[in-house]
Amino acid sequence: MPETTAEETARAIAAERGNRPDELLEILHDVQSALGYVPEAVVPALAQALNLSRAEVHGVVTFYHDFRAKPAGRHVLKLCRAEACQSMGCETLVERAESRLGIACGETSADGRVTLEPIYCLGLCATAPSAMMDGRIVGRLTPERLDALLKEAGA
Amino acid sequence: MTSIRFFIPRDAAAIAVGADGVAAALAKAAQAAGRNIEIVRTGSRGMMWLEPLLEVESHGVRHGFGPLEPDDIPGLVAAGLLDGHSIGLATHRKSVGPVEQISFFARQTRLTFTRCGVIDPLSLDDYRAHGGYVGLEQALALGGAGIVDVVAKSGLRGRGGAGFPTGIKWKTVHETTADQKYIVCNADEGDSATFADRMIMEGDPFLLIEGMTIAGIAVGATKGYIYVRSEYPHAIATLKEAIQLARKAGLLGANVAASKQAFDLEVRTGAGAYVCGEETALLDSLEGKRGIVRAKPPLPAHKGLFGRPTVINNVLSLAAVPFILSEGAKVYADLGMGRSRGTMPIQLAGNIKHGGLFETAFGMTLGELVDDVGGGTFSGRPVKAVQVGGPLGAYFPRALFDTPFDYEAFTAKGGLVGHGGITVFDDTADMAKQARFAFEFCAIESCGKCTPCRIGSTRGVETIDKIMAGDGAEDHLALVTDLCNTMKFGSLCALGGFTPYPVMSALTHFPDDFRRAKRLPQAAE
Ligand SMILES: Cc1cc2nc3c(=O)[nH]c(=O)nc-3n(C[C@H](O)[C@H](O)[C@H](O)COP(=O)(O)O)c2cc1C
Ligand code: SF4
Ligand code: FES
Ligand code: FES
Repeated sequence: MPETTAEETARAIAAERGNRPDELLEILHDVQSALGYVPEAVVPALAQALNLSRAEVHGVVTFYHDFRAKPAGRHVLKLCRAEACQSMGCETLVERAESRLGIACGETSADGRVTLEPIYCLGLCATAPSAMMDGRIVGRLTPERLDALLKEAGA
Repeated sequence: MTSIRFFIPRDAAAIAVGADGVAAALAKAAQAAGRNIEIVRTGSRGMMWLEPLLEVESHGVRHGFGPLEPDDIPGLVAAGLLDGHSIGLATHRKSVGPVEQISFFARQTRLTFTRCGVIDPLSLDDYRAHGGYVGLEQALALGGAGIVDVVAKSGLRGRGGAGFPTGIKWKTVHETTADQKYIVCNADEGDSATFADRMIMEGDPFLLIEGMTIAGIAVGATKGYIYVRSEYPHAIATLKEAIQLARKAGLLGANVAASKQAFDLEVRTGAGAYVCGEETALLDSLEGKRGIVRAKPPLPAHKGLFGRPTVINNVLSLAAVPFILSEGAKVYADLGMGRSRGTMPIQLAGNIKHGGLFETAFGMTLGELVDDVGGGTFSGRPVKAVQVGGPLGAYFPRALFDTPFDYEAFTAKGGLVGHGGITVFDDTADMAKQARFAFEFCAIESCGKCTPCRIGSTRGVETIDKIMAGDGAEDHLALVTDLCNTMKFGSLCALGGFTPYPVMSALTHFPDDFRRAKRLPQAAE
């Protein structure tokens, strides 16, 4: 039963952090790295463990852009769309990725291989445009380098 | 024979353009040649157009090669790289000469960044050998009130954006009595074009730790938190390691540097919300809640983290403090102009030839920074506009390039210094699109508390879409101006309140971009 597993995982993670409510963000990061997303099912479990209301936990999960409600594709490609990257043509790269994958930014390809997401600044603004694939950072992105990343992701 | 020392950054920007591959190629070449070399992974010097930059030490001088690719290593080795510096190497096409003589570097006044790119960021010995922990020693001798006095006299103002005098903030917390006080470091660094906080955390983390420890002693706080955005995994890892090392060395813990002062630190990770850089939203986020902006008063200095008196400062504000303590307030205050004292780590970004970190005393003009230091655009086309101070900062046209880098001078021109980021755009930029993005970003990141910010920003996007589609520009432009006024005066924090800066500056300085004929759908996005 996957739901039970998710809840158990979440409880164990919370316990590891002393069930401290101020560590909720860290706990959610850990849950997401263990499960790939933050399933709705963990909300009541975390609320109980941290002595918070469900609404409070749900509010936190939905407020922050980092936490996903659904599993992502096998690879996550984040393209920076903030100003410094705009000045170096990131929007053309976003369009290119969208058309290669046949999806809009924010979506997952039909075969489940790649999720394409926007990100607003990686602090690599003097070597723009920038990207992050599965946690790996890439600077001076070009159409060729983007294609190589997409190929690596199997798209 | 002692082994030759090589230096390659472990800074995220260098890694993002291949520094790890260059380091691996060098190690492999040395092994193949049976040579024993030392590769030190440093922070970045901040000359980002040269990254990955490899340095080799010869007679105490560091010679640079960059920007390198792993494939450059065999050629450099053939030219004698593993034998130390030589004429053959100096004429290599990737040679940039003695790194500290490069004009971009030589013309800086590096006080905060003096060690960044020079030392091994996780070596306490290196840190001490380059002046580290002298400030803390002074601080321990001075005591709380004495430290606050020195910081006040230095004229240091908050580098996070608002420019509030750091000494006054510390004095308030120092004078407030409580069972527990906190030091919080704002390392959310969400502004596009800024990366100075990241460079310090990755390239000289003990500097931030020392600055926070001094702040703790100054106000009587025993616990500190560093709130780092999740987009900075390298910085987070380096900080955590540095904190462990400082603890082991007795520089954090129950008796800081064998004194009676206790101070310890924890790193916390953000979760992708720009508004959490706002200090009260950040405090809520640190408590594990949604990052909603709180009304002030009460000030964080009175009721901050967990309701206790809290100093919250930007990374660069805290990182400026060890120098001020070790060299004295006057040395710092003697630099700068007007009420902007000391140095500012300026970040040159976007479409720029020589992008990177440039620390200098306040007072250099925007034109000097963009044209002389930065070398103009990367594309080689004319500069059209520069945005100063991140997504809430104004767009400046060339006509305002005589504005000196100074808090008051920028305010007088309808802009802001902010966290010191400058994004350069060439003449292909469409300022209507940039204005649209400013509204869009505000809509995406609004914490939702104020209607003008939450709703106004979305109306702004729609209205600019109509302008870009070429219908009824004049009426819609009047509506944009109205919206901006409502947001400016009806928003609790600077997200809603300052979004009008980029919008109105684009409108004022580049009116033609808003009055074009009907555009093709693609051009309007
Ligand atoms: C929307 C918004 C985002 C902000 N982001 C940051 C940030 O990322 N880093 C920062 O130091 N200050 C940021 N600030 C400013 C902080 O509210 C606060 O002024 C600062 O942390 C105080 O430290 P300082 O006095 O050392 O600058 C932001 C403010 C607003 C309104
Ligand atoms: S201006 Fe926007 S971000 Fe700031 S408090 Fe109001 S709604 Fe929140
Ligand atoms: S704006 Fe893209 S990395 Fe900073
Ligand atoms: S982070 Fe504020 S609404 Fe998304």
